[in-house]
Amino acid sequence: MLEQQLVNALSLGCVYALFALGFTLIFGVLGVINLSHGAVFMVGAYAAEQAVTRLGFPLWGALLSAFLFCGTLGLLIDFLVLRPLRARNAPHLIPMIATIGVAIILNNGVQGIFGAENLRFAPGLVSDESLSLGGLHLTAIELGIILLSFALMAVLLLALKKTQLGRALRAIAESPKAAYLLGINVEGLFYLTSFAAAGLGGLAGVLIGLYSNALFPLMGQPMLHKGIAVIILGGMGDIRGALLGALFLGFAEVLSVAYIGSSMRDAVAFGLLFLILLVRPKGLFGTLQERKV
Amino acid sequence: MEWFDNFWSVYSNLVLTLGTNALLALSIYLTLSCGMLVIANAAFMGLGAYSAALLTMNYDAPFALALAAGMAVPAVMAFVIGKPTLRLSGVYLAMATLAFGEVVRIALLNAESITGGALGLNGIPQSTQWWHVALALTLTLALLWRLRRSKVGRAFEAIKEDETAAGLMGIDVGAHKMLAFVLGAALAGLAGALNAHLTFFIGPSEYGFDRGVEILTMAILGGIGNLTGPVLGALILTLLPELLRSFKDFRLVVNGFILVLIVLFLPKGISDTTRLRQWLAQRRSRA
Amino acid sequence: MSTTLKLTSLSRHFGGLKVLQDVNLEIPQGGIFGLIGPNGAGKTTVFNLITGLLPPTGGRIEFNGQNLVGLQPHEITRLGIGRTFQNIRIFKDMSLLENVMVGLHGQLQYGPLGLLASSGLFRSEERRARERAHELLSWVKLDHKAADKADNLSYGEQRKLELARALATNPKLLLLDEPVAGMNSTEKVELMAEIRNISERGYTIFMIEHDMRFVMGLCADIAVLNFGRIIARGSPDAIRNDPQVIEAYLGREDDEASLDDAKAGAA
Repeated sequence: MLEQQLVNALSLGCVYALFALGFTLIFGVLGVINLSHGAVFMVGAYAAEQAVTRLGFPLWGALLSAFLFCGTLGLLIDFLVLRPLRARNAPHLIPMIATIGVAIILNNGVQGIFGAENLRFAPGLVSDESLSLGGLHLTAIELGIILLSFALMAVLLLALKKTQLGRALRAIAESPKAAYLLGINVEGLFYLTSFAAAGLGGLAGVLIGLYSNALFPLMGQPMLHKGIAVIILGGMGDIRGALLGALFLGFAEVLSVAYIGSSMRDAVAFGLLFLILLVRPKGLFGTLQERKV
Repeated sequence: MEWFDNFWSVYSNLVLTLGTNALLALSIYLTLSCGMLVIANAAFMGLGAYSAALLTMNYDAPFALALAAGMAVPAVMAFVIGKPTLRLSGVYLAMATLAFGEVVRIALLNAESITGGALGLNGIPQSTQWWHVALALTLTLALLWRLRRSKVGRAFEAIKEDETAAGLMGIDVGAHKMLAFVLGAALAGLAGALNAHLTFFIGPSEYGFDRGVEILTMAILGGIGNLTGPVLGALILTLLPELLRSFKDFRLVVNGFILVLIVLFLPKGISDTTRLRQWLAQRRSRA
Repeated sequence: MSTTLKLTSLSRHFGGLKVLQDVNLEIPQGGIFGLIGPNGAGKTTVFNLITGLLPPTGGRIEFNGQNLVGLQPHEITRLGIGRTFQNIRIFKDMSLLENVMVGLHGQLQYGPLGLLASSGLFRSEERRARERAHELLSWVKLDHKAADKADNLSYGEQRKLELARALATNPKLLLLDEPVAGMNSTEKVELMAEIRNISERGYTIFMIEHDMRFVMGLCADIAVLNFGRIIARGSPDAIRNDPQVIEAYLGREDDEASLDDAKAGAA
């Protein structure tokens, strides 16, 4: 039974990791806590659902649509809201408040259009088969989540570490001004990061939508809170930390539901967050330094 | 006075809610004026609401006592978590208080035997009269007005601008932050207690992240440069849903737009007159 | 003359970097004491240690016999040490008067409760504070701008404001960190006169400065810090001719100029 729980935990942790990845990228590179990331996550799920029901896309088509749609949404948010704030050097709590406004727009807009009831993906979208490994059963969805997540994480980590683009992003994360003086196209990379991060968030939304088979307008909120917990747990701006933190949270939640009860599930994330902030605010890997502007 | 009676019978709730919202906005103004972004005021409001309601419902306590408890419980809670939490600053403080707020909400949700769980508390005596709200608001404004003009108010502003320099002026930064935090919590608790005895029903979902954001929006919208800002912000955000009734679900979308637009174009809030003055001066010089 | 400030074997390490090593200084009451040294010698760190912004790695700091190590910055200020900063840290959004009144924080005799209760005490204390703030601003010739926003001041005026604000804390010892950095020669001459005035009012002044002519013109007693160690102590003439000091400065090109400056000042 425990092993089965571990499979659940791993799947959940992977989705959390994908979400946290986008969130951390935006914080690390743009220096903004994007509280609309949860809403974008939710939009991804809805976008995929619409792609399936209205456009008849297969699963991979829906995933791709969600990625592109949300990526564009993220880009738009950056261009319309975050860029003007960057231009006038607003203290970094201000963009955060602006993203709260964006989240309200998206959450309530979707509710207005689709209503507040749960939506479900069409049955048969993902095969019902499951894989048996030893004593473990992995449904197609869980397998898909785990494989896709790990693949994306691997690609991202490699890109950050080995490619020129990755180095440029890391330079910006440390000091945008210095990066600019080195000839790096900082603004362009901001756009790229917004796009990619939002796209990843949207993907995570589709995956959770498939996993829990329930879409509702506020599904992004608890995710957002957990995303915050995860990135602080792992150390703000640190990708490895975010991934490990997400996996850790997935395990902690599933185990607490199994052994304590499901009602306290959301409290786990916050309890951990609160404790970490008091004991070791810089998280597992992070540094508390404000980055040099 | 017949029109007034008619008006009142329809709108009394709205006006009183306006009053409690103003208190809430002022509670976050207090911490913001000290340079701290604290998103826990919704939780403090909830603690105040539940404490007061439980006293009047289960123990038939006099209203004044319930209100006092509604202020004291959040204040004590703020003091307890303030010690470790206020060491943090900026984003970390905001996140920590956000997390704390959520923990409180979930605790309220789960302590079913006391709080009624998700169903909340029903049948709270509707003891709040208009004069309770008016008195609370007036006293609060008077207190804050005097605070601003005193060494405490100057200390807050100094801490907001430069904590280190403030400390070197002989200001006990930690103590002042704690004062702002605890006082803000008490105010939010008072608003919660008054509100609970107005709507006669409360539930944990009312004191979550959404409420916290709403409070923050009121303060930012109105501007935190002076005391009229938060009150103005409360006024607008309380009345707006009424005015936008026809939008139904989309009226909250409008809220969101307002927040974004304010942040982009009126960063100091509506009550900041310097932009208006600048604009007027430009027009005059061109004429 | 009694000793006001006593640093004994004071040291401060950052990891492997020894910023200050075995610093011993006794500063007597009254007069203007100068601490000079090439860039990066650790001068501001000495101030940061005294005012409690950093804990020392070793050694003792005593002010009028009282140990300062472990105290919070605001407690140290209340004991009677005031300070200005190398990079100006005035409160830009406040008026000049308010800036100085912040400095008077510790001396206003009402507490948060007093706000609620006695209106009389509150009013009289506030009035007293305003008067004192105006007085201090007039010492640095900024009184006419008392209601202006601090942000609107010129660089030199901002430095003077910082000085007035530090004086507001009623210090027995005034720490000035590069008070004339970035000023032109007229402003420097003005400030020199003002600092002398302040000294004559009875404040003990401990100054860090780069401008040799300024230091030698004001201070009768100077110590030289190099690579975290005190290498010389004495009168301006003694310092000027000390071979170790000359060597310390010759090693750094940007400081050669200031050394020549000092020699020219003596001539």
